Amino acid sequence: MKHILSYVRPFLPKMLLGFTVKFGGTVMDLFLPLLLSAIIDDIVPTGSRKLILLAGALMLVCSVLAILGNITANRIAARVARDTTEKIRNDLFKKISYLSARQLDAFTVPSLESRLTSDTYNIHQMVGMFQRLGVRAPCLLVGGVIMTFLMEPVLTLVLIAVMPFIAVSVYLVTKRGIPLYNEQQESTDRMTRIVRENAQGIRIIKALGKETAERERFDRSNADLNRAEKRAALNMALTSPLMNAFLNTGLVAVIFVGALRVNGGLSETGKIIAFTSYFTIILNALMSVTRIFIMSSRGIASANRIGEVLDAPEDMIPDAAFARPGDSGSGKGTPKIEFDHVTFSYNGVKPDLKDVSFTLLPGQTLGVIGPTGAGKTTLIALLMRQYDVDSGSVRIDGQDVRSMSRDEISKKFGAAFQNDFLFADTIRTNLDFGRGLCDEDLLRAAEFAQASPVLEEKPGGLDFELAIKGANLSGGQKQRMILSRALAGKPDILVLDDSSSALDYATDARLRMAIRKNFTEGGDTTCVIVAQRISSILHSDLILVLEDGEVTGRGTHEELLETCPLYREISESQMGGALLE
Amino acid sequence: MNRGPRVTRPEDTVVANVSKKKLRVLLRLGKYMFQFRWGYLAALALSVLSNLLSLVGPKLSGQAIDAIGVTPGHVDFPTVIRLCVLMLLAYAASSVMAYLLQLVMINLSRGIVKRMREDIFSKLMRMKVSYFDVNQTGDIISRISYDIDTINATLSTDLVQIASSLVTVVGSLVMMLTISPKLCLVFAFTVPLSIVATTMMANRFRPLFRARSGKLGELNGYAEECLSGQKTVRAYSAEPAMTERFAGKNKNAADAYFKADYYGTMVGPTVNFINNISLALVSVFGSLLYLSGGISIGDVSSFVLYSRKFSGPINESANIINELQSAAAAAERVFRLLDEEEESPDLPDAPVFGLDAPVNGQVVTDHVNFGYTRERQILHDLCLNVRPGMTAAIVGPTGAGKTTIINLLMRFYDPDSGSVLLDGQNIAEANRSSVRRAYTMVLQDTWLFSGTIADNIAYGSPREVSREEIEKAARAAGIDSFIRGLPDGYDTILTDEGVNISKGQKQLLTIARAMISDAPVLILDEATSNVDSMTEMRIQSAMNELMSHRTSFVIAHRLSTVRSADVIFVLKDGRVIEHGTHDELMAAGGFYFGLHSAQFVN
Repeated sequence: MKHILSYVRPFLPKMLLGFTVKFGGTVMDLFLPLLLSAIIDDIVPTGSRKLILLAGALMLVCSVLAILGNITANRIAARVARDTTEKIRNDLFKKISYLSARQLDAFTVPSLESRLTSDTYNIHQMVGMFQRLGVRAPCLLVGGVIMTFLMEPVLTLVLIAVMPFIAVSVYLVTKRGIPLYNEQQESTDRMTRIVRENAQGIRIIKALGKETAERERFDRSNADLNRAEKRAALNMALTSPLMNAFLNTGLVAVIFVGALRVNGGLSETGKIIAFTSYFTIILNALMSVTRIFIMSSRGIASANRIGEVLDAPEDMIPDAAFARPGDSGSGKGTPKIEFDHVTFSYNGVKPDLKDVSFTLLPGQTLGVIGPTGAGKTTLIALLMRQYDVDSGSVRIDGQDVRSMSRDEISKKFGAAFQNDFLFADTIRTNLDFGRGLCDEDLLRAAEFAQASPVLEEKPGGLDFELAIKGANLSGGQKQRMILSRALAGKPDILVLDDSSSALDYATDARLRMAIRKNFTEGGDTTCVIVAQRISSILHSDLILVLEDGEVTGRGTHEELLETCPLYREISESQMGGALLE
Repeated sequence: MNRGPRVTRPEDTVVANVSKKKLRVLLRLGKYMFQFRWGYLAALALSVLSNLLSLVGPKLSGQAIDAIGVTPGHVDFPTVIRLCVLMLLAYAASSVMAYLLQLVMINLSRGIVKRMREDIFSKLMRMKVSYFDVNQTGDIISRISYDIDTINATLSTDLVQIASSLVTVVGSLVMMLTISPKLCLVFAFTVPLSIVATTMMANRFRPLFRARSGKLGELNGYAEECLSGQKTVRAYSAEPAMTERFAGKNKNAADAYFKADYYGTMVGPTVNFINNISLALVSVFGSLLYLSGGISIGDVSSFVLYSRKFSGPINESANIINELQSAAAAAERVFRLLDEEEESPDLPDAPVFGLDAPVNGQVVTDHVNFGYTRERQILHDLCLNVRPGMTAAIVGPTGAGKTTIINLLMRFYDPDSGSVLLDGQNIAEANRSSVRRAYTMVLQDTWLFSGTIADNIAYGSPREVSREEIEKAARAAGIDSFIRGLPDGYDTILTDEGVNISKGQKQLLTIARAMISDAPVLILDEATSNVDSMTEMRIQSAMNELMSHRTSFVIAHRLSTVRSADVIFVLKDGRVIEHGTHDELMAAGGFYFGLHSAQFVN
């Protein structure tokens, strides 16, 4: 909640202005009955038609002022609500962008998505509502109480005696409401997760004929959400009947006490009558106030969910403790990449990488091969500091990655991952990816990545609009786009994580040739390739064979054929014995 | 798997006959409400009753005040006490009624919302797969959550409020007519004015509310897209660029919101203004009428009171119209989804595969032509004949149409001409889900849902599967020991992105899922592309087992995996240019030979 307040704070002057204007408009509204009673009580007895018309004109003026004031105030309110929400949403998105991989895993994507949309929407509603009802209702409430107090203090005290009951019940209901709304939002998360999964896996679901099973799964979560929504709504539904009951009881008490006082000659009947009419104003105002409370308990639940994200500690900040003085320069002999006894585990139970060490000089190529689940992708994740090592260290240009900022690290890399993503925009935007590269660079990269035929085939070339998830490209075309993106920035270090699996062999071979000619040997790019195919890493300067998180073989292709039985086996299975010689 | 969207997204084109469209949306909403008509009737009764009971209060208090009298010492205490007790009872009853009303309303609106969500979801299940290729997941989610919530806000409170205020409006109008029909002429001026004003505004706001819902859906879609690609965004330090793009979309959404709000906030004050004018008119004309001896001053005062009561609900309903507008816009988006083209329904007597006799698994494509769009044909005169139990490999350069064939075999799409036959039966005329049940597939794009590993494997079978069977499948797929190494073993819950599961392991899980299936035809579309060849070899015998008593289609780039296929179809530009066994094709020295050599040449 404190976050939301800090977002609202800059708008306080504006809101104050809005409140003042609204107050003015409300007062104008309240003037009308006054003028009316003036007409009836004071002017009509004089019989002056002119004065009647004059008063009528005055009422018209008040009406115009009221409409102008109210509209202006409402617009100010709408603007403040828009600006606050927009800012919160931007900051939230930014924060989410910078969450570490571990934090992202913990929050989960669907939940972050709904925090970004439906929770911020609830905040929008709360801020807007608060401004629209926040002045008029309290004004009428306080005004009404003051009027009654001036008229009959003792009877007012009877009414005020009811207030604590109201306050306590509003407090209790709201307090119960916040966790209920929170639960409702969490149920929404679960439901949207199912919708999301289904949208993504529709082919498998249809292929397996699981539509009914999925419908049942959805129905269950829908029913859960339904229950959570009902619980939250029913809790809130208590407020207004409770309030009515308390206030009306107060009114009955007023009449009874009034009867006693009139009997004792301490008060007059007229006052009791007036009292009851003011009472209606107070009641209505109180209802509006409770509506604000209801809105806010939903808003507070959402604010807390947003706050959770905004408050997430900044993970993986560059830690100077890991910087070794005098090591920052990348002198001739400094290895480009160095893994120094690196051990790491995702869940802290079983290490996913154990004591991995290697060094790679600038311009060299590292090939990583090994069975599924051996830790190949993990190795890359650590190199790019998506996660921090448990022990040992990863160094780039002699510098521990833990002492480097995210920008520093990522500037060095061009990477193509397994099933990487493309978004719905032009090819240019997808290749450039916010780096501000020129078309020439993009086209050259596309050429290296064997993507030129794709660009020629698609109308508009770089301007061709990709469909969602790149749906208007084939698997191989997508991969070539992703490769182009990785090559486009002329990266210092090129990372290819199994990124040519959808390419046919001829294309793959041409790709490798282009990389060798223009990047590793022809440039000074250091290259890390994770692959299934021996042919992809055959020419690497160093090949690591990973098994169960451990390096079980290292060396060049020829060396490994001699020393590593697993490597030999893989090689034989892929290339046929005849080619080994 | 998913290229060349065929369905075009219905654009937000301006439909000429807006009011007709609006009416249709309202009618459809009405249809949902009609299913709950008894609930609504109960709500209406409760609301009228509760209103009447609350009207009893003032009347009783008036009587109580009469009983108090005006002179000290003459209070009729027994009557006062009796009336006070009655008042307490009336108020208590009114409160209970009001709570009951809320109870009914909450159940009603939530019931409708629940049903709508069910309808949307089961619609999604019936939809053509191409829908998911062209629509952002985030936008679909936005419809099922935000849009439906918006509809709910209206259904739950506004409608009953309208109904109950009708009672008040009609009541006060009757009272005013009895006082002075002449003064009522004022309303002949102001009421139409207010109706015209609100409908005019409402028509102008409608597109604004529609834009609001649409923009929010877009924002949601973008967020979904971006969050899913978080890893890449990070790798390129593209956070600033992504944040900037988001800010743009966010601004659009916020502005669309503001615009709707901006005009929306005019409605209340405008109607209030008209009411104020009518008050002024009533005051002036009432006074003038009094001066000319038309009515008494008391009449003027009660007329004013009633006119206040009369205009109160009208004022409130202006705000409600606002909400109705946004609900209608949201409903439109929901209904548009519900109107999306579905997979064509099965013919009434469509043959069902596997009903009378098990499917043998003979797959034939007979002169099939197909393109996702009319302009670009993908497959040309495709003829394949795969006998039961055979393993057929489809190889060829990317973009040759390999995956498209799978789309046709499983009837995700129907051919433009020619036919696909399973066991000699044209699948276009057969029961669709029975066609698909005949297949099991392992795709390159692994898909697992958030549930336990055991559930994910068991997902492959239509029947209940024992833990032993699941473990057996996992063992066969070479993933058993990995699963056992996890903290919760087979009960480990896979979260969205499957944190500690690599792509290759996911693929092995989907292979295990396929192993548990009894389907007679197997499709392996780059099934082991992310599995290393060691593991692939280890599971080879299991894969052989999997393929041995099934007709299998294998799409693979690694030609080593297709070498043992009974028949290899070489596809290029949507045409089969060669077919035969590995040895035959090698001997022929054609395109396949070229592909094969390229693998081993660097």
